[in-house]
Amino acid sequence: MIVNRKPLTFWERLYVPAIMGGFKVTMRHAWRTLFEGKKVTMEYPEQKWTVPDNYRGAPYLVRDQEGNTKCVSCQLCEFVCPPKAITITPPGPTGQIADRANAEKMPQEFEINMLRCIYCGLCQEVCPEEAIFLLKDYSITGHTRDELLYNKEKLLALGGVHPGIQKWKHKAEEAKEQENFPVKV
Amino acid sequence: MDFLNTYNGLSPTIKFFIWSVVKIALAIGVLHAIAAYAVLAERKISAWIQDRVGPNRVAPPFMKYVPVLGPLLTRWGMFQPLADGLKFMLKEDFTPAGVHKAYFWLAPAIAIIPSLLVIAVIPFGSFIGGQKMVIADLNVGILYTFGIVSLGVYGIVLAGYAANSKYPFFGGIRSSAQMISYEISMGMSVIPVFLLAGNLNLSTIIGWQVHHGWLVLYAPLSFFIFLVASFAETNRLPFDLPEAETELVGGYHTEYSSMKFALFFLAEYSNMVATTGMMVTLFFGGWTLPFWGLDQPAHSIVIGIIQILIFLVKMAMLMTLFIWVRWMFPRFRYDQLMDLGWRRFVPLALVNILLTAVILWARS
Repeated sequence: MIVNRKPLTFWERLYVPAIMGGFKVTMRHAWRTLFEGKKVTMEYPEQKWTVPDNYRGAPYLVRDQEGNTKCVSCQLCEFVCPPKAITITPPGPTGQIADRANAEKMPQEFEINMLRCIYCGLCQEVCPEEAIFLLKDYSITGHTRDELLYNKEKLLALGGVHPGIQKWKHKAEEAKEQENFPVKV
Repeated sequence: MDFLNTYNGLSPTIKFFIWSVVKIALAIGVLHAIAAYAVLAERKISAWIQDRVGPNRVAPPFMKYVPVLGPLLTRWGMFQPLADGLKFMLKEDFTPAGVHKAYFWLAPAIAIIPSLLVIAVIPFGSFIGGQKMVIADLNVGILYTFGIVSLGVYGIVLAGYAANSKYPFFGGIRSSAQMISYEISMGMSVIPVFLLAGNLNLSTIIGWQVHHGWLVLYAPLSFFIFLVASFAETNRLPFDLPEAETELVGGYHTEYSSMKFALFFLAEYSNMVATTGMMVTLFFGGWTLPFWGLDQPAHSIVIGIIQILIFLVKMAMLMTLFIWVRWMFPRFRYDQLMDLGWRRFVPLALVNILLTAVILWARS
């Protein structure tokens, strides 16, 4: 391809059209920013963008619609977690029992180190109970390292309620149905 | 303030000394303040031109208790220069291994001194308290200025040499070539001004402009050449080859940090202040305005201060032009820069001198 480069005219060689163009462009942009409010800057702490629906933010524990802890302390997320950010302390044989009927157990302590978490979403993927979800929080900050070690209480508070199928409740209902003959289900 | 002049307890020499010290202190203080706020203006204007907001956060903690004015000043970034200055003081003053220590320490000082010395001859006001508002009312004012301005290159060259590193060295070399070539056209561009005014004393030139009108109307070509040359002299875009960030990292001050870097920074902006001050004096009537009797030497303090403000406002407008031009043009290539300096502006300035001389001769 041959670009046809026209020789510059005397007027152009005087640099004047370029100067005029420069003035015009800069003036236009300054005017737009100053008087028409067309700035591109988003002033972050005051203005925030809406994250997309499939955004993977910080992982939090969720409760079901009855306010029970969904986690059953199976430790799958702990094992799958690539950066080893999750630490679960199971209740053990003598520990606290689950706060909902028919569920086996719930974690005595559940810690996520937000400094280690890489927001990969494997914990959410692996969870058989739909108890942990990557929500949309992206601004995890603190003054000390300890502040960013989120415990069970904090994770549950941040996670909120996630209505789901309530597997264990249905299993209990199913089991009850087994008692009645003839079986309706 | 007449009692200051009628008071006879001190000898005239001591009085002169005290007045000079006061004027120097004030002028340098104001110069630094202007330089600091020129940085803010630079950041703000560049932000607007690039569709951004610019600095609008920094404020001392008590500012949030000041209604209306506090948030407004913060929005305008009025406290940003303070933070910038403080930052320079708190940073580590790092001397890289392998630099020529003595030159490395000397260069920032050599860079800043000429830029501060230039303002000595610029009349920034008429009279306050019977004192001429110029530090040194030299009869060779403009010659002194060119003499001092040309020293400015030594700081930069020395910095480039002392850093013992290739990019600063390139910056230093470029700057020496650039400054020397533009000094010539700059010096020649003002000769028509002196042909017209018939004097080298800057106060007298202002006096001439009071009677005949601003010199920019008589010698627009001189002003144009002077303007372009001063862009080159102050290392501003489109002639900022000595520090061309995209090519030379930071140019001659790449290896500098903390207060030593701040001195270069300050020197650049002080140079800008001094050059615009010179332009105002030579081409825009200095501290005068052609109405409301503001073109006559002041008899009261109020008028004296107003005239200083007039000077500062004129200077601020020219500095805005300096800052604005930065975002208009891409940087010149090195050969284009040399070509423009030697093959365009030097002949143009010579023609300008000749034309002015011929016209003056024909009219006399």
